[in-house]
Amino acid sequence: MKELALMKGNEAIAEAAIRAGVDAYFGYPITPQSEVMEYLMLQRPEERTGMVVLQAESEVASINMVYGAAGTGKKVMTSSSSPGISLMQEGISYIAGAELPCLIVNVVRGGPGLGTIQPSQADYFQSVKGGGHGDYRLIVLAPASVQEMADFVDLGFELAFKYRNPALILSDGLIGQMMEKVELPEQKERVDTFDQSWVTTGKTADRERNIITSLNLDPDAQYEHNLKLQEKYKRMEEDVMFEEFSCNDAEFLLVAYGSSARICQKVVDITRSRGQKIGLLRPQTLFPFPTEVIAKMARRVKGMMAVELSAGQMVEDVRLAVNGRVPVYHYGMLGGKIHSPEDVLAAVEEKFMGGY
Amino acid sequence: MDIKEIIREENKVYCRTPLLTDAILSYCPGCGHGTIHRLIMEVVEEMGIQSEVIGIAPVGCSVIAYDFMDVDFTQAAHGRAPAVATGIKRLWPDKFVFTYQGDGDLAAIGTAETIHACNRGENITIFFVNNGIYGMTGGQMAPTTLEGMKSSTSPYGRNSKTMGPPYKITEMIAQLPGTYYVTRQSVHKPGPVRKAKKAIRKAFEIQNEKKGLSFIEFVSNCNSGWKMTPNDSNAWMEEHMFAFFPMGDIKVDGKLVPST
Repeated sequence: MKELALMKGNEAIAEAAIRAGVDAYFGYPITPQSEVMEYLMLQRPEERTGMVVLQAESEVASINMVYGAAGTGKKVMTSSSSPGISLMQEGISYIAGAELPCLIVNVVRGGPGLGTIQPSQADYFQSVKGGGHGDYRLIVLAPASVQEMADFVDLGFELAFKYRNPALILSDGLIGQMMEKVELPEQKERVDTFDQSWVTTGKTADRERNIITSLNLDPDAQYEHNLKLQEKYKRMEEDVMFEEFSCNDAEFLLVAYGSSARICQKVVDITRSRGQKIGLLRPQTLFPFPTEVIAKMARRVKGMMAVELSAGQMVEDVRLAVNGRVPVYHYGMLGGKIHSPEDVLAAVEEKFMGGY
Repeated sequence: MDIKEIIREENKVYCRTPLLTDAILSYCPGCGHGTIHRLIMEVVEEMGIQSEVIGIAPVGCSVIAYDFMDVDFTQAAHGRAPAVATGIKRLWPDKFVFTYQGDGDLAAIGTAETIHACNRGENITIFFVNNGIYGMTGGQMAPTTLEGMKSSTSPYGRNSKTMGPPYKITEMIAQLPGTYYVTRQSVHKPGPVRKAKKAIRKAFEIQNEKKGLSFIEFVSNCNSGWKMTPNDSNAWMEEHMFAFFPMGDIKVDGKLVPST
């Protein structure tokens, strides 16, 4: 039987984590995502599933607890918001370099600096282009509903373990704070029968010691390691996910993810009711990015617009995919303000409608 | 007579523990790290817990400690070893988890992680090698560099007025209720080596009994960084380092040892 609940996005992440059989959560409070750890603590996860939930002394500590715990091969995660995620970048780089699976949730707020506590999508570059030092990538999932906040926990772990790579849920204060109906996933057992060939369990006589490290003092070894990572990131393209709204006959295409995509769905509805052929492509994975489908769409639409709560970050990836074939515009509110469908509509009319 | 004839089985009175690997130590001749590595691995061998031990390597001279100690290892970011150890221990509460950290790592960049892991009473063991200097990066001033001591970033001697004085993090963390056993040792002579080994054994036994965090500081030398011969560095250490960092137990069975 379906189990339905009315929940905040942050609470849905937490409940889904318990139900996904997550072994440990390490975190530090920050607005607008504090409900994740609050909800977890309230649920007594140590009794429900045996899950460890620990409040660390900082985001620096929590990501390093994740690093240590991920080396045991179990399911571990953390969550934070923009400034906290910035603090975690060194640890995330280590986790990527050491090739450990884990899940990180960023409920983005406006920046730069301490910025604001209102929703934003200005952490796109940090999330999909690396964030910390060195050549690495995260698997980046972009939920656009409370339902996807819940669903992407399990998906994030599935992909993280498939590639032995950190996965990031790139949410924002809007999806984190708003309440929606959500169908809760079924409770999974925590498992102890996972692949332990590479994890730190204690060296036994039948194997060499397992070492979790991102260090290669020999540049040739580090070069080979980097090539292996790049090959892995390339393979991730097979897991690209996106959703299309009214794209089949679209003359103009909006590209938007997360909360901005929800706003753009309304824009599509309004324009369609007026007979204007606008479609929406919603990337659900931002890395890997749906480059191929955007390149194909560029052959049949007259123009595209990336709509995001930033000064224009994802638009760069859209332009790379389009490769100059059609004009690509950007529209977006900055610093924690949210555009309304009417705001987007005005931009659409200004840029696209002249083309009719 | 060649070397094989010399080290025949019947002539053997001492050998290193098999838990040290065949890798050539990357430490300078005269440095204390190799001795401390050996003592930890001897205790692990004697307790028969190799298959239960996970070590955390720091950033610093001992960054590749995992090349020499034949146990599972995780290499941590600079200063973060206690947080990494916390993550592992919380998921493997029945395994033995230890960190191995230098003074810059533990007492400067990692101060917060050190204090909070100690305060939570994580059931782990922290090995703290204090040589009063940043060794690997070339002898810069550390939080434990003595007043007036020269280093590459205090070339005219540490001036406490402008650079802050050295501090004793071991005495600080001993004040926290989460620490169960806190001691300061050295490995520069046979007597102290034997005492240090007993302390290591005690620390692992405390972890086995789940009594809380044990913390062993080894005051050690850095003859290269101090620009001395190994013998001179040990004499200098006894005279100056031990005066500021006195040897002995600071907290036993969860109780502070009254200072004499």
